[in-house]
Amino acid sequence: MSATVLSAGIAGSRSRAAPAWPVGWIAAVAWFGIAALIMVWPDADDLGRTPLLAAVATGFGGVILLLALLSTSPRLAPRLEPFRAAGPWLLVLALALGAWELVTAKLDLLPRPFFVAPQSLLEVFTDDWPRLSDSVWNSLLLVLPGYALGAAIGFLFGIAMGWSRLVGYWAHPVVRLIGPLPATAWLPIAFFAFSSSHGASTFLIALASFFPVTVLTWSGVSSVSKAYYDVARTMGASPWFLVRKVAVPAAMPSVFVGLFMGLGASFSVLVVAEMMGVKSGLGWYMQWAQGWAAYANMYAALLVMALMCSGAVTLLFYLRDRLLSWQKGLVRW
Amino acid sequence: MVNGARLEVRGVSHAFTLEKRLLPVLEAIDFTAEPGEFVALLGPSGCGKSTLLRLAAGLEPPTTGQLLVDGAEISGTDPSRTIMFQDPTLFPWRTVRGNAQLGPEARGTLRADAGRIDEVLSLVGLASFADALPHQLSGGMAQRAALARALVNQPRLLMLDEPLGKLDSLTRLAMQKELVALWEREGFTALLVTHDVEEALLLADRVLVLSDRPARIRADIRVGQPRPRRRDDPGLVALREEILGLLGMAEAA
Ligand SMILES: Nc1ncnc2c1ncn2[C@@H]1O[C@H](COP(=O)(O)OP(=O)(O)OP(=O)(O)O)[C@@H](O)[C@H]1O
Ligand SMILES: [Mg+2]
Repeated sequence: MSATVLSAGIAGSRSRAAPAWPVGWIAAVAWFGIAALIMVWPDADDLGRTPLLAAVATGFGGVILLLALLSTSPRLAPRLEPFRAAGPWLLVLALALGAWELVTAKLDLLPRPFFVAPQSLLEVFTDDWPRLSDSVWNSLLLVLPGYALGAAIGFLFGIAMGWSRLVGYWAHPVVRLIGPLPATAWLPIAFFAFSSSHGASTFLIALASFFPVTVLTWSGVSSVSKAYYDVARTMGASPWFLVRKVAVPAAMPSVFVGLFMGLGASFSVLVVAEMMGVKSGLGWYMQWAQGWAAYANMYAALLVMALMCSGAVTLLFYLRDRLLSWQKGLVRW
Repeated sequence: MVNGARLEVRGVSHAFTLEKRLLPVLEAIDFTAEPGEFVALLGPSGCGKSTLLRLAAGLEPPTTGQLLVDGAEISGTDPSRTIMFQDPTLFPWRTVRGNAQLGPEARGTLRADAGRIDEVLSLVGLASFADALPHQLSGGMAQRAALARALVNQPRLLMLDEPLGKLDSLTRLAMQKELVALWEREGFTALLVTHDVEEALLLADRVLVLSDRPARIRADIRVGQPRPRRRDDPGLVALREEILGLLGMAEAA
């Protein structure tokens, strides 16, 4: 991304004229065309929200048209660069929506109810959004505290294992034996041991993030170059200083790998826990929708879940980029 | 101005275990660096020069023998004995200034030493790079940052392990001058490891020539010439021939 921004900046400084954006214009036209198709071509079956879908497509086209208009201005063009870069995507998304609309709503080529029309998906969001957003909220309320708890304990435990020979000696075999066990294997025990399904799920989610964070913090701390400690020691550093200001920062890249792995594991436990026992959240919503053969609702929940997980990962990437900006060549998300 | 430390090395031998075999590195090293003296250690690669500095810094105890500072046996590290390592080993997550302030930060004297940190950074010519990260520095700049980090501690014994190894010859000349000026101003005892005979002769009061591993002191040469010295000074040229002869390089020179 930064490379394209840079080259745009250079190009901009050379010539004042804004570069043309043909893809943008075409994408805008495509969205308008799809909107017309949705509106004009009658649905094969009685579906709700067809006009709304057409309106949404028109809105998309309008926004893209506006962006295309604005980017003819040399002053605004550099700022709109991210949209310009997304041009091919904007176009392909319009075409994909058109194809999807054709094979489902218009021509009814795919078996229902398993395959749903775009407007049906839209209908879920317009009509069932209170329950959907409630599910998101409940899922977040379950996964975030559990993840944070597991990651925090894992981080401290990993440092203790890497730093103290004694802790390492006793903890290593246990972590080695128990750690690779998927957290979901504890499900029966957890639901038995905890009085509430919420407590049991939090425990399992914490367990799922605990293990990778522990192991990667531990390996990060134990692979810190001895030379760094030597430097600090010759300058009068206390052991506490060595832990806080040498071991921890040096291990941070590895810790983040653990945090990413833990996040994935936590989400998978979340979904399983919500499908098995917890009576709320996106996993529960999906299970419930599937039970009623309400596939549109299921897909909507799946989409929301993808956005939620992706958002969480993006947040973690952002945090990492802030904290580890000293590293060169970080992977961009 | 600090008063330099007196370093006594008494019958020090040291050995490492490398792949289950004992590797003798230092053998019966015996010398005393007087307070404020500038001593250069010269010897072939891998003979044990860096090891000797590590022992004097208190990072490891010697296998046999004793090292004393001002009459007291060295039992561990102390900020009054700072070492500038052969490898800059800057902390990559800290800026140049962050690296330079490591010592004061570790000892909790950050506020009192703030002025000293700025002073030292401009002394090594990195004032304008104070906020740069180590991966943004050249090899020579990294070495200068490491020098700054050592100097901030106002050591009484400063050990320099090939501090100018990665510098180009022009910067090297300038930094040699700076080092001598610094040493004259601050008054520390200096122990300089170098591969460069000329550099040793230009800077040091005394040059200890070490043998191949295990290192023994082959010669303890006093350089009497007044400073500033010129490399074509006939006295220095003669000493240079003598040292190269000791190192078995007489014809090559
Ligand atoms: N921690 C260690 N464990 C085992 N052997 C070591 C260790 N440190 C150094 N040695 C060995 O000790 C010998 C001397 O090493 P040292 O670093 O003191 O050499 P040096 O004189 O500084 O060489 P150079 O001029 O190339 O830096 C080498 O043969 C090296 O292999
Ligand atoms: Mg060395």
